Amino acid sequence: MADTGGAVGAVIDRDGLSALVRVLREGGRTVVGPTVRDGAIVLDELESADQLPYGWGVELEAGYYRLRRRTDRAAFAHSAGPQSWKTFLQPQRVRQWSAERGTDGTLTAREEPPPTVSYAFLGVRPCDLRAITIQDRVLTGGRYADTDYRARRTGAFLVVAECTEPGATCFCVSMGTGPAADGGYDLALTEVLDDAGHRFWIRAGSEDGARVLAALPRRPEDAATTGAARDAVAGAAERMGRTMPPVDLRALLQGNPEAARWDEVAARCLTCGNCTMACPTCFCTSAEDVTDLTGGHAERWRVWESCYDLEFTHLPGGPVRASGRSRYRQWLTHKLSTWYDQFGSSGCVGCGRCIVWCPVGIDLTEEAWAIHREAEAAGGAPQ
Amino acid sequence: MTVPVPHRVVRSTAETSDTTTVLLEPEGPGLAPFRPGQFAMMYAFGRGEAPISVSGWEPPGAGGSCGRLVHTVRAVGAVSAALRGLRPGDRVGVRGPYGTGWDLAAAEGCDVLVVAGGLGLAPLRPLVAELVDGPGRFGSCSVLVGARTPADLLYRGTLRTWAASPRVAVATTVDRPGPGWTGDVGVVTALLDRVAFHPPGTAAFVCGPEVMMRATARELVHRGVPAQRIQLSLERTMHCGTGHCGHCQLGPVLLCRDGPVVGWDRAERLLTVREL
Ligand SMILES: Cc1cc2nc3c(=O)[nH]c(=O)nc-3n(C[C@H](O)[C@H](O)[C@H](O)COP(=O)(O)OP(=O)(O)OC[C@H]3O[C@@H](n4cnc5c(N)ncnc54)[C@H](O)[C@@H]3O)c2cc1C
Ligand code: SF4
Ligand code: SF4
Repeated sequence: MADTGGAVGAVIDRDGLSALVRVLREGGRTVVGPTVRDGAIVLDELESADQLPYGWGVELEAGYYRLRRRTDRAAFAHSAGPQSWKTFLQPQRVRQWSAERGTDGTLTAREEPPPTVSYAFLGVRPCDLRAITIQDRVLTGGRYADTDYRARRTGAFLVVAECTEPGATCFCVSMGTGPAADGGYDLALTEVLDDAGHRFWIRAGSEDGARVLAALPRRPEDAATTGAARDAVAGAAERMGRTMPPVDLRALLQGNPEAARWDEVAARCLTCGNCTMACPTCFCTSAEDVTDLTGGHAERWRVWESCYDLEFTHLPGGPVRASGRSRYRQWLTHKLSTWYDQFGSSGCVGCGRCIVWCPVGIDLTEEAWAIHREAEAAGGAPQ
Repeated sequence: MTVPVPHRVVRSTAETSDTTTVLLEPEGPGLAPFRPGQFAMMYAFGRGEAPISVSGWEPPGAGGSCGRLVHTVRAVGAVSAALRGLRPGDRVGVRGPYGTGWDLAAAEGCDVLVVAGGLGLAPLRPLVAELVDGPGRFGSCSVLVGARTPADLLYRGTLRTWAASPRVAVATTVDRPGPGWTGDVGVVTALLDRVAFHPPGTAAFVCGPEVMMRATARELVHRGVPAQRIQLSLERTMHCGTGHCGHCQLGPVLLCRDGPVVGWDRAERLLTVREL
């Protein structure tokens, strides 16, 4: 159920959304949100709310993504695109430190100064909001914090858009991450389009959010709008395109490393790593060391890496996970199971991106169901 | 992210044809103290970093804090070859300490077995130093060392010193003996018959190639040593040392954070599934 975060809600129109982008930008923030480009709804810096994908929807299936014109002018009636917010919080390439070697052989190393960008993310889906909190825990919640991530994340202003139009590949209900937002945002929006017009129910979830909300042209919330908003979100929960088997996925995956299904999926998987790049929580990186031509200056870069890469488990004696079977198993088991052991939650939020962007249409929900059925047939399925 | 702290090479000693031990002194404030079994990320300028165990420190007992660190490196690739080639006066970057380290407290009151294969003796050396120097908190202590050939044995001087100590028994074995070798020939597990220990009251510390660790742990369990008192130090790819890069996963374990030292009660299943 939609949560007002204890704050009194309001209603804004499209001009309120335009004001929101303006106010955030005037506050010195880089506003990032969905916009149409190259046949997809991508995340990009927005100069105004006019760049939002008004009137665009998407058709999704395993290995399939198409934009489609909607009959209305909805801004947020589309589900996850090819990118996620990690593109901004944990960019593909980041310099972590630089080192110099003096002519006398001395070594000095300097940490990269933290980036000073101040983000506002507009239109964060509840599943993606959960993905951000999962990455927070991975990259800053342990003994060591990733300083670059922390600098980008600290003070990022999050405007959630609750889901009213799930895609055919969505399963946030199975993962308990949506379609309603339950806190952790600065502002939450729910889009309403009915005979009474195009408007957004908006609530603040933080003091920052309340301050920004107070600067927008708005009117008090009314029962017709809040009722329609709640109905739309509840309706979305009824229309999930996919489900996960309703069992203990952590036990299922860790308990079945030798399932025959792993061979079956390995025969289809290209180990291309698209699923890991598209996934909003996949965080693995590699270290890259470079030197300039003089040889006196060196840099350490952190770059996105995929566990599907053969080099990922490179040891002097050869890769640990040499087969595609072991690499798909590692990815899915990590997402749905060992993530709990490592970071206290599932690593999957049910956004469906990996299903859509897999070139051969491998669907992790289907794989989980198949492993569940196989375990059940063998009498070893967890409840 | 912490950056490498520059260290100057004070001494470098060839151990074998491909392995060298270096003594490092921090240039400026040193790292926090290391415990036996922990590791550092060692940075060869421009080449990259490699996880390398701490093999000792000076002065003894300092854990390397503001003092000197000892590391033993075998050349197997670009980074380790650069580290192996370090000469006195060269500079190297060091980050750490990382990882869990050996839980020696869990062995108090027990007979202690230290079983090393090849380079596996490197992370065990500071542990044995504690057994040799420490007060009598333990029962009988034995150090069993295996190597491919006599020329591949690390720390031969140190082994002689330990053997002279009344606190530890030392036994060595090689796969292929050379001329003049009078010690044992064969796998390191065969040395278990050469030393005295009471299996139910024994704690074991094991490091070496994975096949050797598996065989040793199984043999120890077979003889009645409790699985949770058998500790192994495992190796996986590591790019960061701080739990963020994801490379060192072994099932539920992030080895740089939850390891590299893992109990056999936990490791057995993880090392039995192929390509986990
Ligand atoms: C906890 C721990 C403690 C250790 N302690 C010691 C010790 O005390 N002494 C010791 O000698 N060794 C130790 N090792 C092993 C040591 O870390 C490795 O031997 C060393 O990292 C090898 O690095 P290299 O660059 O020399 O070799 P390489 O085999 O070349 O690999 C180095 C790194 O580069 C990457 N890489 C290599 N080739 C490629 C490629 N083609 N494409 C992309 N990436 C590539 C790999 O991912 C790898 O991480 C330890 C390992 C661990 C995990
Ligand atoms: S595993 Fe797939 S569905 Fe789950 S969060 Fe990642 S991309 Fe989304
Ligand atoms: S599951 Fe699909 S996207 Fe992922 S590596 Fe395999 S082929 Fe690529």
